[in-house]
Amino acid sequence: MQERKYQSPGFLARSNDDPAKVFGVAISVALTCSLLVSGATAYLRPVQEANLAAEREARMAAMVDAVPGLRDIIAESGADGLETRMVDLSTGQFVPGAETAGFDYDAAASSEDIATTIPGDRDLARLRTRPSQIPVNIVEKDGELLLVVLPMRGRGYQSVISAVMALESDLTTVAALRILEQAETAGLGARIETPEWQASWVGKQVAGTDGTIMIDVVRGGASTSFEVDGISGATVTSQGVANMVRYWLGDHGFGPFIERLRAEGG
Amino acid sequence: MAMREIRSALITNNPVTQQILGICSALAVSTSVATALTMSMALTAVLCTSNVIISSIRHHIPPSIRLIVQITIIASLVIVTDQILQAYAFELSRQLSIFVGLIVTNCLVLGRAEAFASRNPVGPSAIDGLANALGYSLILLLVGTVREVLGQGTWFAMTVFPLASNGGWFEPIGLMTLAPSAYFVIGFLIWAIRSKRRDLVERTGYGLRREELSDD
Repeated sequence: MQERKYQSPGFLARSNDDPAKVFGVAISVALTCSLLVSGATAYLRPVQEANLAAEREARMAAMVDAVPGLRDIIAESGADGLETRMVDLSTGQFVPGAETAGFDYDAAASSEDIATTIPGDRDLARLRTRPSQIPVNIVEKDGELLLVVLPMRGRGYQSVISAVMALESDLTTVAALRILEQAETAGLGARIETPEWQASWVGKQVAGTDGTIMIDVVRGGASTSFEVDGISGATVTSQGVANMVRYWLGDHGFGPFIERLRAEGG
Repeated sequence: MAMREIRSALITNNPVTQQILGICSALAVSTSVATALTMSMALTAVLCTSNVIISSIRHHIPPSIRLIVQITIIASLVIVTDQILQAYAFELSRQLSIFVGLIVTNCLVLGRAEAFASRNPVGPSAIDGLANALGYSLILLLVGTVREVLGQGTWFAMTVFPLASNGGWFEPIGLMTLAPSAYFVIGFLIWAIRSKRRDLVERTGYGLRREELSDD
């Protein structure tokens, strides 16, 4: 309808079999539609991003609530109870004075100067690159570590899963696992988001006494404290979560950081 | 005229139970009434606007590229609808996930554009779009109601049957939350409608004649 304005009056009078008219109509429909789509997307982007940010925050808050007594600890130790600090993954050291607010994982993982390429044989989570520095959350009381919250990413069946895992002060017991974002198959892989499945991680041990990563997702009948039951019908997604956890807790992920915390006595 | 159109699309010429269009989205989003309602509204918006736009430029769509012009317009409308849902109905858009995008492939929309809007004036096309969208919505809401009540014991998330796991008596039927149950429910609906209204039963169209069936 809109092309009427932009074309000379003679154009519409042409036969519909005229190649000029065919091309003209095709181009004006394509232009009008692309303007409509890009206009709507650009106009609505801020509202959508606010929604996503609110959702991330709500899930972070839900994770804090999931750990018994954590709210009280944070309330007791003041507003800074949940402290965010930047970690250099290769050294495991905190980066002093690094800006953590507004950290954008995707931008950091794709930028050439701050991303690290993950060697193919160690890329369990199938991410190819990761940021070299990542902010983690830490809960301390009187200088003693109570909880460390590690962000994680990993490829599932059809999407990149984003999650956080909270470890207790022994650095091997899972306090909570929360899936923050995923777009797996609705009804199957998407069930990694259910509270029931996330709760099945609580209390599991991620590493043996010698520090090797032992945690895994198994098919039916998890029997040891290192095993979590997979979701039936969603083997690839469940395994994706397991690989994500194993990668990020391993040497190429937060391994050096966890090692350092343990060496320094928490 | 408008009322007759709408009444006919609700039962006698219902797009889902009679024309058997738009089935795949009907089974995907009908696990609960709330998602079914949102999907119905999204489809109504898309179907009405696409019918109006396509009808208003129908004299200038070259036959050689008509399908691609129609699908481009429909796809653009669907993307805009999806963006609006993501901005203003975030929770629901999460539940509908990719299925809003799949309105593009809903044969109902392209079917009405091709069969009606590309040949008829704007007014009747708008009514045709609305009537068919309402027919689709009616079935979607019915299926959604059956599946949510039997599968979860709730309707619009309000308790209808207290669940056994919460101290009630109702044991939810897990099958109802899975996709195949939508086919069962739609199948029962079609059977119910056609046994009540015998004139709606289709005649066998292209069956072989008796002599063509013999092997030797």
